[in-house]
Amino acid sequence: MRIELVKRKEQSKAMALLSPVIAIALTALSAAIIFSLTGHNPALGLYKFFIEPLTQQWSLEATIDKATPLILIACGLAICYLSNNWNIGAEGQFIIGALFGSFLPILFPDFENGATLPLMLVSGALGGALWALIPALLKTRFNTNEILTSLMLVYVASLLLDYLVRGPWRDPGGFNFPESRMFSDAATLPEVFGGALSLATPITLVIAIVLAVLLAKTLKGFEIRVMGQSPRAGSFAGFSAKGLTLFSFALAGALAGLAGTMEVSGALNQLLPTISPGYGFTAIIVAFLGRLNPLGIIVAGFVLALSYIGGEAVQTALGVSNKIASVIQGLLLFFVLACDTLILYRVRVISRRAPGGEASHV
Amino acid sequence: MKSLLKATAAAAVLVAAGSAASAADVKACFIYVGPVGDFGWSYQHDQGRLDAVEHFGDKLETAFLESVPEGPDAERALERFAREGCNIIFTTSFGYMNQTIKVAKKFPDVKFEHATGYKTADNVATYNSKFHQGRYIIGQIAAKQSKTGVAGYIASFPIPEVVAGINAFLLGAQSVNPDFKLKVVWVNTWFDPGKEADAAKALIDQGVDIITQHTDSTAPLQVAQERGVHGFGQASDMIEFAKDAQYTAIVDDWGPYYIERIQEVLDGNWKSESTWDGIAEGHVVMAPYTNLPDDVVAMAKATEDKIKSGWEPFTGPITKQDGTVAAEDGVTLDDGAILGMNWYVQGVDDKLPQ
Repeated sequence: MRIELVKRKEQSKAMALLSPVIAIALTALSAAIIFSLTGHNPALGLYKFFIEPLTQQWSLEATIDKATPLILIACGLAICYLSNNWNIGAEGQFIIGALFGSFLPILFPDFENGATLPLMLVSGALGGALWALIPALLKTRFNTNEILTSLMLVYVASLLLDYLVRGPWRDPGGFNFPESRMFSDAATLPEVFGGALSLATPITLVIAIVLAVLLAKTLKGFEIRVMGQSPRAGSFAGFSAKGLTLFSFALAGALAGLAGTMEVSGALNQLLPTISPGYGFTAIIVAFLGRLNPLGIIVAGFVLALSYIGGEAVQTALGVSNKIASVIQGLLLFFVLACDTLILYRVRVISRRAPGGEASHV
Repeated sequence: MKSLLKATAAAAVLVAAGSAASAADVKACFIYVGPVGDFGWSYQHDQGRLDAVEHFGDKLETAFLESVPEGPDAERALERFAREGCNIIFTTSFGYMNQTIKVAKKFPDVKFEHATGYKTADNVATYNSKFHQGRYIIGQIAAKQSKTGVAGYIASFPIPEVVAGINAFLLGAQSVNPDFKLKVVWVNTWFDPGKEADAAKALIDQGVDIITQHTDSTAPLQVAQERGVHGFGQASDMIEFAKDAQYTAIVDDWGPYYIERIQEVLDGNWKSESTWDGIAEGHVVMAPYTNLPDDVVAMAKATEDKIKSGWEPFTGPITKQDGTVAAEDGVTLDDGAILGMNWYVQGVDDKLPQ
């Protein structure tokens, strides 16, 4: 006997909308089982994990804060993936963007005026775009595999950051600790809505909406989708695959770089040997959870951020290990992907006899 | 969906019941940079928490978060603690310093205790221990036991605390053997078993027969055990991981400090201070001496007693690596000089990263 996945001829529209809900329900059910098995109250665990963070203003703000860089990076990645360019290196573009955004407040701490922050943001986006263009150029010029090159450049970027923070950019007054000087107020991203959120959140939302319009309503959006689904058809329409590779990588890099600059400027206020708890990689999950649609990504980013905040809540409330929170995050992703797969495919169980008439032992 | 709503309602009731039932007088919360199972730094802080739980019983409620990365995640974790009613919050890694100060400003009624940092506020105290006192003792043991006359030191970051540890170790060793030499490897991490093990192997290949470390994992001792050389446990008693290799360990005992500070919160007389205690106060404890001849054990115990009676390892004559005098005969360095130490003593086979 074996199990096969057979592609469905027609996909249910209703199930496509329902599948994330089913996935979350299945995750909640599994989480309840895990809580019970580890000797904790499952109802309390579920409440702390999924509900309580949404009921308090501060934890809602924390969730949005955590979601912001994920959404911004994922939006850029969605453009890449839609156009069949597999940029796995957003983590590196995030870091290089942060470096480009930080040279001003670190090397010229006295340059403090209204232009400081805009210059930092532009330079951060530029840095991320330049870093992303390396694998793009390698792909268009030498036909290298961009999955590999963009991923490898992540390690180069994080080692460069490490070197700078321990060496030339180390805080002269920091007792030899590997960290840069703190940014001045002029270089700090302001807070909005009465201090509730950093300016990064509205910027991110605006960019996500602009991208959603770009994808749905413009020729460029059409080009991106056509080239992703059928490059041959696209080339007949006069679209350039190479041009689109450069465009999508540069855009994704710029957004990751902007996210990196806003993270160091708004949240950290200095450079540290590690500035990202894996945002660039988590954003890949967010992009696919959001179905490569900027508006879907906003929701997906929020759900994933909620799983982090909820994970911390169950740790402190129930005293469960932080590994259990990671398991629940993994389950969420697993169920989302599984539900999606079952929309596209159906399961067929085939019982067959081995050739020669011998009965199968299975 | 219905059952989910029911479960939520049930949970809400439980939460209400839970908060009514917890009649603890004080809530203490802890944030750790590593897993509580690292058997080093974070493990010892959690042992301190458990000591406090045992001491106070029902009067104390605790919570902790482990493996919290330094940065925005730490800030959020601290804010969560403050909002969940923690009265006193212990932030147990240097890298939480700026986040501690930031969150403390927002919650003036909550007491914060930051380990190993240098920034304080009205509601932020700092605490640390004089680990270098223990390092002087293990330096003496190393010089007695080493056949090659060279020890290897696996170091984390070139911050004053680590540099002072290296110097104290070598001063102890030179008090036994004036020609004793020390090789240093910087691994630039507090906890990375792979890197630490590689460093230990490299040092042993260079002819070192005693390994000591200022990193948190048990890996260097395990390498020492495999390769038949000896070493010392760091932060906790690591004898389980190196039965034949460990001579002793410098154990961080945070329990007494945590109990004292929580008591002060209960009594309402907690004040922001900078605590820096050592062997005499019981904050630094030497693990049982093993795999050592009796005369070496006697020497180590004598030094322990000497330190308990007020003697300080950084007492002259001390010569810096460049040949200048750091302390004349009989002169003791003051706390500031030790806490800001950025020079090697003579005999270190390394250039201090600047």
